[in-house]
Amino acid sequence: MNLTLHVWRQKDARTPGRFVTYPAKDVSEDMSFLEMLDVVNEGLIGAGQEPIAFDHDCREGICGTCGVVINGRPHGPRDRTTVCQLHMRSFRDGDTLTIEPWRARAFPVIKDLIVDRSAFDRIIAAGGFVSAPTGGAPDANSIPIAKEDADLAMDAAACIGCGACVAACPNASAMLFTAAKVTHLALLPQGQPERYLRVGRMVAQMDAERFGNCTNHRECEAACPKAIPIETIARLNRDFLRAGLRGERKAAAGGAG
Amino acid sequence: MELKANIPGGPIEKKWEQHRFDMKLVNPANKRKYSVIMVGSGLAGGAGAAAMAELGYQVKCFCYQDSPRRAHSIAAQGGINAAKNYQNDGDSVYRLFYDTVKGGDFRAREGNVYRLAELSVNIIDQCVAQGVPFAREYGGLLANRSFGGALVSRTFYARGQTGQQLLLGAYQALERQIGLGNVEMFPRHEMLDLIVIDGRARGIVVRDMVTGEIETHLADAVCLATGGYGNVFYLATYAKGCNATAIWRAYKRGAAFANPCYTQIHPTCIPVTGDHQSKLTLMSESLRNDGRIWVPKQKGDRRAAHDIPEGERDYYLERMYPSYGNLAPRDIASRAAKRVCDEGRGVGETGFGVYLDFGAAIQRLGESVIGEKYGNLFEMYECITGENPYQVPMRIYPATHYTMGGLWVDYNLMSTIPGLHVLGEANFSDHGANRLGASALMQGLADGYFIIPYTIGHYLASTKQEKIDPSHPEVKRAEAVVAERVKRLLGIRGKRTPTSFHRELGRIMWERCGMARTDAGLKRALDEIPALRQQFWQDVNVVGDGTSINQSLELAGRVADFLELAELMCLDALERRESCGGHFREEFQTPDGEAKRDDEHFCHVAAWEYAGPDRRPNRHVEPLAFEHVHLTQRSYK
Repeated sequence: MNLTLHVWRQKDARTPGRFVTYPAKDVSEDMSFLEMLDVVNEGLIGAGQEPIAFDHDCREGICGTCGVVINGRPHGPRDRTTVCQLHMRSFRDGDTLTIEPWRARAFPVIKDLIVDRSAFDRIIAAGGFVSAPTGGAPDANSIPIAKEDADLAMDAAACIGCGACVAACPNASAMLFTAAKVTHLALLPQGQPERYLRVGRMVAQMDAERFGNCTNHRECEAACPKAIPIETIARLNRDFLRAGLRGERKAAAGGAG
Repeated sequence: MELKANIPGGPIEKKWEQHRFDMKLVNPANKRKYSVIMVGSGLAGGAGAAAMAELGYQVKCFCYQDSPRRAHSIAAQGGINAAKNYQNDGDSVYRLFYDTVKGGDFRAREGNVYRLAELSVNIIDQCVAQGVPFAREYGGLLANRSFGGALVSRTFYARGQTGQQLLLGAYQALERQIGLGNVEMFPRHEMLDLIVIDGRARGIVVRDMVTGEIETHLADAVCLATGGYGNVFYLATYAKGCNATAIWRAYKRGAAFANPCYTQIHPTCIPVTGDHQSKLTLMSESLRNDGRIWVPKQKGDRRAAHDIPEGERDYYLERMYPSYGNLAPRDIASRAAKRVCDEGRGVGETGFGVYLDFGAAIQRLGESVIGEKYGNLFEMYECITGENPYQVPMRIYPATHYTMGGLWVDYNLMSTIPGLHVLGEANFSDHGANRLGASALMQGLADGYFIIPYTIGHYLASTKQEKIDPSHPEVKRAEAVVAERVKRLLGIRGKRTPTSFHRELGRIMWERCGMARTDAGLKRALDEIPALRQQFWQDVNVVGDGTSINQSLELAGRVADFLELAELMCLDALERRESCGGHFREEFQTPDGEAKRDDEHFCHVAAWEYAGPDRRPNRHVEPLAFEHVHLTQRSYK
């Protein structure tokens, strides 16, 4: 099949970008979307032009590195799929595709289709963990966890941190990403001691990174390649509210020593 | 070059315990005075950086990806082994040790493997404490499944995303340390050289992949956890960015490279469809718990799978290896697949494929049970091939998946360059000539969480070092070498893309140094590779400049290193005149086609020492002794 691509090209973070049109010829339906871009790039290099820069790594839908907006949809037309797993059989001969980077204030474009998503790392660093220093763990079977809780935690933990939720959201909110981690850890006994501290710190960092707020559009859930449900956002909100009601709790005598 | 493995004496069960006591310690208040560099942020690197920072060392961690959470450990699907014996099926530390030594075809160190088996139980405890959501039974206890090369169920898993969940556990521990200011993280930085001063590793030269700036970072010790080099084959299950550059530069600075020819070809990957293909996708080995592997009995049978009656199917693994059946180890299962395809009994359009059939399991257990166990893998398969594995059998074929070879390290994970430590897949140590399924995650985390935090302290406490100034002539020299190389790559402006060279190298390696190797083929490769390398340096076209993100430049640098490493792999394969594990030399096989070892001449580690450009490297030998698991021909029949 033959396609026409309108691709966002931008030299670096400081230089304004623009759309450039390229033909993609003799595309096989067995190619992945990124392999189609590889072929276009080989042609560009052959013509002495700079190839289109895009982030990618594992190419099996799990590392979360890749991600572009295709005709307005993050990761393209197929549900629950990253662009590296999107195959060209999802398109038709003669299609015109507009390919853009994630658009969000907190994700500045650094070249062509590549954005800086380090804000996500800082949200995790603010509290998205269990403080369990290496070496002091009890036997793994000493705390039974109901299968249902483990399964729900796993659903939330499946987030790959690609950023499609932010790109899909009209407010460029990072609520689904943040809520997925809050939910994963809040469902497990290991996550309880820091549960309310965690949610407060992660939300504060999310705001500091200038992500927008959630106004229940549910676009994030539709775009998520791992189908993280927005129930996680409800759980985050509940924990955030409780954290506020609990307030700051301080021992009178400066702690247990 | 002397290869001192430094394996402690005493009974095997006590070696690590005794060694931990014998190693020197650094006073807690002094730890913050020491700085350590970690290159790589996967299971070994992420865990190691976090664990060392928890102890108080000042850690700088580097990765080429945009975030430490993306390291390719994340793609491991099936699981992680641990000798917990939660299933009451006869497992023990000793049995895991035994299975691993035997699985590695008697080419690993007993002392290291025993320690690995011992630490496996701590890993599971640690990961659960971090909140890793492993699969559980209804009673709330942890679930297990079986993997190849074992007769017990000792594999812990989180759906088909075990590597992801373990990596996120390590990543969160690392981010916690970053948040506390104990680790400084450098994403989108690529290590391009090692700085060695007075014979010790003292720092690295990196390129900031966003600005193109060449930077130097100095420290009291350097750790490499940069993964394997399987992308030398171009088509592999590795992430596209995985590369050998860090370990290759260390090799050229004096670190010995051990057993480079030991590569693992994984039996269950989705077959190649065409020339555009950029990578191969693995289908977890865990599928072999319930899937049955078969091909038609008759050559050239082109009927659709469901039109071939039961009596005309050859379940060849079950036939050839009745006791292990579909769970035969990877090297054996891969070679068997190659053999049936070479006989003309392969399936699919290309004839390079075999069926992995869930029909019987679905009939027995129902679609929902199979879906719960393997749903995400089935989805992934359908996404790539357009076929529904609930209805038609999967087609699979072997592909490069892991490298058991790597930089030589002693029991303390230190290379032949003092101060340079190597962790995880980047080192050579624990798997011998073949790695068993679910053991890579175990080794990465053992190295990172439980070994390097101890051995790094021992090194620092027993070494007196001067502070290094960034203006040191060795630093300047290493920086200049890196800058010159970047300039040279950008200046060639030839006609061929870096990818075209990579693809051609991959074809040579797959044909001559892949699943089956011969004296003649390897010698041919040793002519072809230098010629291709020469052509590369004359005709590669790297467009753009070096002052911003330039993915062609990154790739060209990696391909240039693969073009050198490939030669060493072939040389090592040629010199190892025996078959063992993943290294199969056609000249050395038993009458029924199994790998035939030569323990008299090759029961050793081969470690190669760089001797200068265009000079043959020196081959050194570390003999292996087997006191507990006696040398026998492996049998899975």
